[in-house]
Amino acid sequence: MNIISLSWRYLWSRPLAGALNLLLMTLGLTSITFVLLASHQLERAFERDLAGIDVVVGAKGSPLQLILAGVFHIDVPPGNIPLAEVKALAEHPQVAQLIPLSLGDSFRGFRVVGTTADYVAHYQAKLARGALWAVPMQAVLGAQVAATTGLNIGDRFTGAHGLDGGGDSHEQTPYTVAGVLAPCACVLDRLILTATESVWKVHEDMHGTDTPLDAEDQAALEAERQVTIALIRYKTPLAAVTFPRYVNSGTGMQAAAPAVEITRLLGMVGVGTRVLQGFGVVLLLTAALGVFIALWSAVRERRADLAMLRMLGAPPAKVGALLLCEALWLALLASALGLLGAHGLTAVAGWLLQGEKSLAVDAWQWVPIEAWVPVGAVAVAGLAAALPAWAAYRVDVARLLNVR
Amino acid sequence: MIETFDLAFQHPGGPSLRFPDVSVPQGGTLLLQGPSGSGKSTWLALAAGLLRPSQGEIIVAGQPLHPLGARALDAWRAGAIGLLPQKLYLSEALTVAGNLELAYFAAGLPVDDAAVARTLEALGVADLAHRKPAQLSGGQAQRVALARAVLREPQVILADEPTASLDDAACEAALALLGASASGCGATLVIATHDRRVSEALPQARRLLFSNQMAVIPSPIGHEAL
Repeated sequence: MNIISLSWRYLWSRPLAGALNLLLMTLGLTSITFVLLASHQLERAFERDLAGIDVVVGAKGSPLQLILAGVFHIDVPPGNIPLAEVKALAEHPQVAQLIPLSLGDSFRGFRVVGTTADYVAHYQAKLARGALWAVPMQAVLGAQVAATTGLNIGDRFTGAHGLDGGGDSHEQTPYTVAGVLAPCACVLDRLILTATESVWKVHEDMHGTDTPLDAEDQAALEAERQVTIALIRYKTPLAAVTFPRYVNSGTGMQAAAPAVEITRLLGMVGVGTRVLQGFGVVLLLTAALGVFIALWSAVRERRADLAMLRMLGAPPAKVGALLLCEALWLALLASALGLLGAHGLTAVAGWLLQGEKSLAVDAWQWVPIEAWVPVGAVAVAGLAAALPAWAAYRVDVARLLNVR
Repeated sequence: MIETFDLAFQHPGGPSLRFPDVSVPQGGTLLLQGPSGSGKSTWLALAAGLLRPSQGEIIVAGQPLHPLGARALDAWRAGAIGLLPQKLYLSEALTVAGNLELAYFAAGLPVDDAAVARTLEALGVADLAHRKPAQLSGGQAQRVALARAVLREPQVILADEPTASLDDAACEAALALLGASASGCGATLVIATHDRRVSEALPQARRLLFSNQMAVIPSPIGHEAL
């Protein structure tokens, strides 16, 4: 019998009260940890998908919309931009790499993105099976797309017009699955990739030209060709100063710096995060109050037990430490359950986001800041237990001996 | 052995109690007699080192208590004193055996399972070792509390009203048990009681008579006996 096992037995000597306090404290810790995890995951998802993209060029409109549509694929793009101008940008001396993206169609809610092999290489995605597209109308599926739709190599599917499904289907121009990507925990997981030409082909065919085009028509068609967004990596960081200004004032397009826009977005989301965090703190304080009340009544109820310990020769410090130890048990148990609960909640949130084909969330990743959860819990429980422990320290033994 | 010299205790903001000198040899028996509220429990608390006298000296089990600091007093009490309070203070959070183990926990010693089993056996409650105190009868609970008091073979056993609310047969049995337990470890036995049956059952014991007037009357026989 030592102070650790004895305080454990005392904690559960009144199971209902013990469980209630544990529940209260666990709820407080769960909500705080969940907010920490969620904001970390959000930032990580942004960072991962943004890596190496210095600027995004697209049609004029909201810069944040451009970033959300072009990098994260969670918003509709503001419009299209002429291919010729994009080609000119690619030749710009400050541009190291330009990846064009053509949006417009989707398959069962997953976006079909016309692009180049550079896009796959940019996220260092690997093929799980099959190969990249070699000719137009071949498609490569992201891991989540393949898992959800059940499509496999050689299968054919037709895209629907529009980004959220439900549009006209392009029956005449089906895609053939050429490959499936391994999960990369990035935006590619929920995209269907194909050659830029495929998207043009689908939409040019849609405009019903049954007769073969002559050279003049073909040239006119090519001059009208568009892409939706260009992801650009600079040659030098200095370009960040001049390049966006050049695009915004010198062309009909818009350049948006992801870093700036995401900071702005997180600033907006941050209000919500802070509200949630505040809510967690209130829960935790309630829990601390619960622990305090529980231990205080434990001291009152157990005054006899504590006095008896003193009669048996236990020094006052030992009696006080017994109560502190009980609070520590509560804190450690609640920390473990709270961390588990928060990761579980994150997993549920990740599952819901995946259902909405939104950001990828890795629920079971542990974040260094979580180490502060048990530290905080112990501090709160210790603080709550301090007064009861002091009362236990001071328990008047002689009084309990019927001394008047 | 217990000796007091000029012992007095001042209740904070209350009356002052003066106790006559008394001397009991090691292994002897002392009865503190008087109505409830006359200071018997205060005397017990002084002897256990739970209260400090405002005046005078008390030597218990050969140890003068006044030079001991708080920690030393606690450590001394853990080894030298077996206390059987009127309210038994058995912890409901623990089993009977667990309650005995508390004595080791309080003293900061490893649990001696063999001693626990032996003592429960000696007091005839070995089969109750895994029960909770709430499942015991009054007599059984007292035996368990006595087992805890004598577990570490103290030099002095202090019992507060051990026969209150017991019928004659149970009273006799309780006193026999106390006597046997005390002589088993050679302990000095001090019993605070207002029960005449105790006085009658222990004719050779030394006595201190307490009165309700807060003044202590030294018993004439107290100094003649033995």
